[in-house]
Amino acid sequence: MHIPDGYLSPATCAALYASSAPFWYVSLRRLKRRLTTKLIPLLSLFAAFSFVVMMFNLPLPGGTTGHAVGVAIASIVLGPWASILAISIALFIQALLFGDGGVTAFGANCFNMAITGSLVAYFTYRAISGNCAIASRRRVLAAGAAGYLAINAAALLTGIELGIQPMLFRDASGAPLYAPYPLKIAIPAMMAGHLTVAGLAELILSAGLVAWLQRSHPSLLIATAPGAAATHDEGGGFGWRAIRPLLVGLAASMLITPLGILAVGSAWGEWSPHDLADGAARRQIAAVSSDQALPAGVPQGLDRLSSVWTAPFPDYAPPFLHSSSFGYLLSAAFGSGLILLAALVADRAFAARRRSP
Amino acid sequence: MRANRVVEGSVQGFLRVLGRTLESEELARRDGLLQSLDPRVKLLGFMGLIVAAAASRRMEVIGAVFGLAIVLAICSRVPLRTLMIRVWAGGFAFTGMIAVPAFFLTPGRPIWWLPVLGWAVTAQGFRGAVYLISRVETTATLSMLLVLCTPWTHVLKALRVLRVPIVLVVILGMTYRYILLMIGTAEEMFESRRSRMVGKLEAKEGRRLAIATVGVLLGKTMQLSGDVYLAMQSRGFRGEVYVLDDFEMRLRDWSWLAAFFALSAAAMWMGAR
Repeated sequence: MHIPDGYLSPATCAALYASSAPFWYVSLRRLKRRLTTKLIPLLSLFAAFSFVVMMFNLPLPGGTTGHAVGVAIASIVLGPWASILAISIALFIQALLFGDGGVTAFGANCFNMAITGSLVAYFTYRAISGNCAIASRRRVLAAGAAGYLAINAAALLTGIELGIQPMLFRDASGAPLYAPYPLKIAIPAMMAGHLTVAGLAELILSAGLVAWLQRSHPSLLIATAPGAAATHDEGGGFGWRAIRPLLVGLAASMLITPLGILAVGSAWGEWSPHDLADGAARRQIAAVSSDQALPAGVPQGLDRLSSVWTAPFPDYAPPFLHSSSFGYLLSAAFGSGLILLAALVADRAFAARRRSP
Repeated sequence: MRANRVVEGSVQGFLRVLGRTLESEELARRDGLLQSLDPRVKLLGFMGLIVAAAASRRMEVIGAVFGLAIVLAICSRVPLRTLMIRVWAGGFAFTGMIAVPAFFLTPGRPIWWLPVLGWAVTAQGFRGAVYLISRVETTATLSMLLVLCTPWTHVLKALRVLRVPIVLVVILGMTYRYILLMIGTAEEMFESRRSRMVGKLEAKEGRRLAIATVGVLLGKTMQLSGDVYLAMQSRGFRGEVYVLDDFEMRLRDWSWLAAFFALSAAAMWMGAR
């Protein structure tokens, strides 16, 4: 995740320094206004804490160990702006003093981990936790999701930054001057490790630490839970009233699902055997795949496995409906309902387990 | 031992950082060429060389900057073994692992076929991998030399020349100090646990231990932050920050600054052709 010097071109590094600068400026301005003289010790101590947390070996399911960045915890305890500065400071000391991450790539590393990571973690945590009580289990789930998404968003950006290098910077012979792999290799290579090991380490640390703080230092969770005191949910359930804004957003999203009908063709990589057999569809697939040659017929494995399961609502349009827009709405309502039902069942099961001695 | 990696691995990591910090401080106090220069000259000079190496489109230029870094290390009495352990071996292993598949995956003119597997090594893939490894080793050597030959507090003060806000310089200095304190605290917590531990630690217990340790450290961090703030206030801190700027440029420093700029400019010009 820490990009060393030499992987990114100076132009990319300069662009990412320039992209990071406004965030650093705004963070500093906002914190100075709020914290005044308390700013210096708070940021120093928290940056030191973030640095040390990155060194912890965390055992993961499956027998391996991983290191977490701690970006979600910083965002949850301090808020996103202080987190941006604290993680940036920790990354600076790592880069300059210990050679972990490059000096020229410092802007890129901050943009990926400190800025994107902090903002993704904060908004995920706030969106999922809503106004539920400080002791609510939902905050633990929210912290886990925040850590997992934050680290994967940072990894995705890192993959994109590395992947565009061979497209833009080559020498006269065509040899890549910096990171040598294109997007189609760089992104999967980055994401494979982060969707599994690194993401899991971040998830476990963030969720575990919020659970620990709920018992030991609940006051440290108040800064990013402004509505928590108004609710009375003491950890025994989801607190439907508290997630009302989330449900309203979900309903609004359902209503706009028919917009999907506006898109033409199949989504890339979601082709059916019928698409691969149809001449016009084949030409379209080749056009959006850098004119890569397609196999002559439908691949045998695809043909065989595609008939194993027949979806009850193929293409989000139940066969008994004539209106595709209504089909989209019905599919969205059905799918979301199933997820909410699963969440409710899981919640009741956990609550029952908690009550049993 | 495998099941106790959370304790052993973390303690080893903490001790490694403390050891490296002490080694850097010791090297920075030695009587050598780079140690005798003004920190601002070193900061600007090394930044120039790093940017030149990063921007170069010619391997010879990257190689020449790497050679210059080695000469500077020898003149500054920095053991090459230290650079080998702290920079070259790690950089070569990590970047090499990433770069080697580029031999086969980069499209281009085949120059060699891997026996048995028959995979083609392309000229462009080979050059790309060499570019990456040489650039990483060169830039990492330069930034490590800067830190090995300059006390950390001086590096931070020198950042003022780049117009880094004074408040950030102070925060960086304090962060460094408290990193060492917190590493010591975390290491003591793990050591105390290790001294009371018999047998293997289950993975679940290991996770619980790591999270509880991080939690305690977070609690201490916030408490210490308040204590430090009160201590600063009791000493008259009202928000204004001053840094004692005791650096003084001599003729020798100006000469080296000019030399660094000339070398960086030459490397950039030759590397761009």
